[in-house]
Amino acid sequence: MNNEKLIHAIERYERSWLLFALVMIVVFLIFIGYTLTGFAFYVPSAAERIDPTTARAEGSLFANPRVEKTGDNVYTAYVLAQAFTFLPGEIRVPKGARVIFYVTSPDVQHGFYIRGTNVNVQVIPGEVGKVEHTFDEAGEYLVICNEYCGLGHQDMIGKIIVEDK
Amino acid sequence: MAVRSASPENIYATHPEKKVSLYFMVLGFIALSIGVIFGPFQIFNYAGIDLYPALQPLFKSYYQGLTLHGVLNAIVFTQFFIQGSLLYLQARDSNVRPLMPVAWAAWWIALIGLALAAWPLLLNNATVLYTFYPPLQGHWAFYVGAALIIVSSLVSVFLSVEMWVRWKKQNPGKPTPLVTFMTTATWMMWGLAAIGLVVEAVFFLIPWSLGWLKGVDPLLARSLFWWSGHPIVYFWLLPAYVSWYGLLPRQAGGKLVSDPLARMAFLGFLVFSTPVGFHHQFADPGISAFWKGVHTVLTMMVAVPSLMTAFTIAASLELAARSRGGKGVFGWVRALPWNNPSVVAQILGAIAFIFGGAGGIVNASFTLDYVVHNTAWIPGHFHLPVATASTLTFFGIAFWLIPHITHKPLAAPRTALAGVWLWFVGMMFMAFGMHMMGLQGVPRRAHISAMNALNEGIYSSSAFYMVFNAIAGVILTIAAVQLFYVLFATLLSRRRLAPNQVPGVPFTEAISGPEGKRGVKVMDRLFFWWGAAVVLVLIVYMPTLVQLFMHMVPAPGFRLW
Repeated sequence: MNNEKLIHAIERYERSWLLFALVMIVVFLIFIGYTLTGFAFYVPSAAERIDPTTARAEGSLFANPRVEKTGDNVYTAYVLAQAFTFLPGEIRVPKGARVIFYVTSPDVQHGFYIRGTNVNVQVIPGEVGKVEHTFDEAGEYLVICNEYCGLGHQDMIGKIIVEDK
Repeated sequence: MAVRSASPENIYATHPEKKVSLYFMVLGFIALSIGVIFGPFQIFNYAGIDLYPALQPLFKSYYQGLTLHGVLNAIVFTQFFIQGSLLYLQARDSNVRPLMPVAWAAWWIALIGLALAAWPLLLNNATVLYTFYPPLQGHWAFYVGAALIIVSSLVSVFLSVEMWVRWKKQNPGKPTPLVTFMTTATWMMWGLAAIGLVVEAVFFLIPWSLGWLKGVDPLLARSLFWWSGHPIVYFWLLPAYVSWYGLLPRQAGGKLVSDPLARMAFLGFLVFSTPVGFHHQFADPGISAFWKGVHTVLTMMVAVPSLMTAFTIAASLELAARSRGGKGVFGWVRALPWNNPSVVAQILGAIAFIFGGAGGIVNASFTLDYVVHNTAWIPGHFHLPVATASTLTFFGIAFWLIPHITHKPLAAPRTALAGVWLWFVGMMFMAFGMHMMGLQGVPRRAHISAMNALNEGIYSSSAFYMVFNAIAGVILTIAAVQLFYVLFATLLSRRRLAPNQVPGVPFTEAISGPEGKRGVKVMDRLFFWWGAAVVLVLIVYMPTLVQLFMHMVPAPGFRLW
């Protein structure tokens, strides 16, 4: 094959490949947009900013880490992620409950990851992260710290127990 | 035959940049040889086997080893090798000599930075991992050392751009030679990307670690870190692309398909590499979903030049193989020079990058990222682009460049070949094991092989994939020993090649060249494109950063290791 012909042949394949690549990227973006607008309740948002040095103090939202019933089948959990535990260490909700989590850290960065769900929050001192999840299946869910926070990081594990009504 | 002829002085006489390039690369490989030691300990941890007690009392914890592994391999080795190899390739390609005193200054700054950072790392005073997120607070020497290493890289930006400007003045109206274009674009990209880390270190981490600042805002620091933290991956990758486009086709016995297309890919990286950092922060509260979405779109854009590269490299290799007598739709693959460790290292690196790129698209997909964020999937992912594509390619470059510079023949080419294959296979095993464990919810960077009794067994459902990690640990250990044996045996050898046997620089010709193409002229205006990149970065970062700067929540430091 001479050079001219070869270049033309390659350019033809190349155009098809680039078209394929661009279409692929656009399709991905459409899917991302769809999941985002449709049902991505798990995208963490900032509820407010908080001074980490007083996050545990009297009067703070997190002075008393807890889960409370705040509506019909709606629960709100205030979670403190600190080296190397979650407070409360165990959260109990009934099956089908929609749980809104507020989570922050008084010391270093942590992770708030509920295994088996899409809840995955970077817990950053100074930020109150807000995320929600509806637990449709009963059972025990592990809450795993997935950001390095020091020597005890691997054992920073909490529990959410979803009870059959 | 190998004889002892040229003395070092003669070797460096015609091209003094040879010596500084060699010094950079060797310093990088020394750092890598230390960082790699922790690799098997890390991967056996993810096989549920705790070997860290064997390192006591020299190294205190898994996390100290992990910090050394990340800093020495990913930050130090990559950058130093790139500083050496790109400097040399650009100097030879454009036939312009770098400003030698400045080049040596860059090397000394890098060395001092490395020494300063290594001191607290080795003494367990900066066990903050290679992302060093505050409020975990390391010793000040770590931050100062890291900052000096970045300063050294900025000196390299200056060196490259200055050489390119000089070439332009000497050759008015001519298109920049391809390799020079690619190296200059790479350095310019990094010149913009590095600003985030510089601001984080100079204005926050260093004064904070010295006690001059009471606290730093962790979210602001994270955002500045990821301003640099994603494009740094392209900074590691583009030098491999330089070799794949500019040298590999010739090494494989062929030519590059299209010169203008190579330029277009690098231009894409120059413009789109940096405004993508928030895709590492999808899980961060405090950054609006709108800007996370914008960064998602731009990250997808930056996949395009990589997809272009995949096509061009595969096509160039196919043409090379066919010109060597390869036949058939896929049969041509066999005709590639599979006995050449330098070529094989680069081809295997490129193959690994296909999987690395695909995983990267998953990570950058806003809603999908929550499934994998900070799980074992992430290290499984980045060992493909960084520890396989870049690292194997850098070894591949070293296999011809070190003999070229030193006139010493490559020691044990068959061992090199075996090492390259085993590295690739080992990394594939590991990537598979880690990706799958990540999908099962196992966190990254956790000492899971030494959990307390209460939590023991919570990851036992991943036992099957842990086996892959154990196998990978064995294979990669053997591969590392082979690769470093070849490297250091070559460097320390007393044999010298006869002058006519010294390998030349395998600059590639292009089938479709740059001459007379209007697009090439437009693309050659690198300062304009760099300016466009700056504007884009300002648009996508400033609204968030300004707001964070205005409302800082300072957090005091902690030492929890």
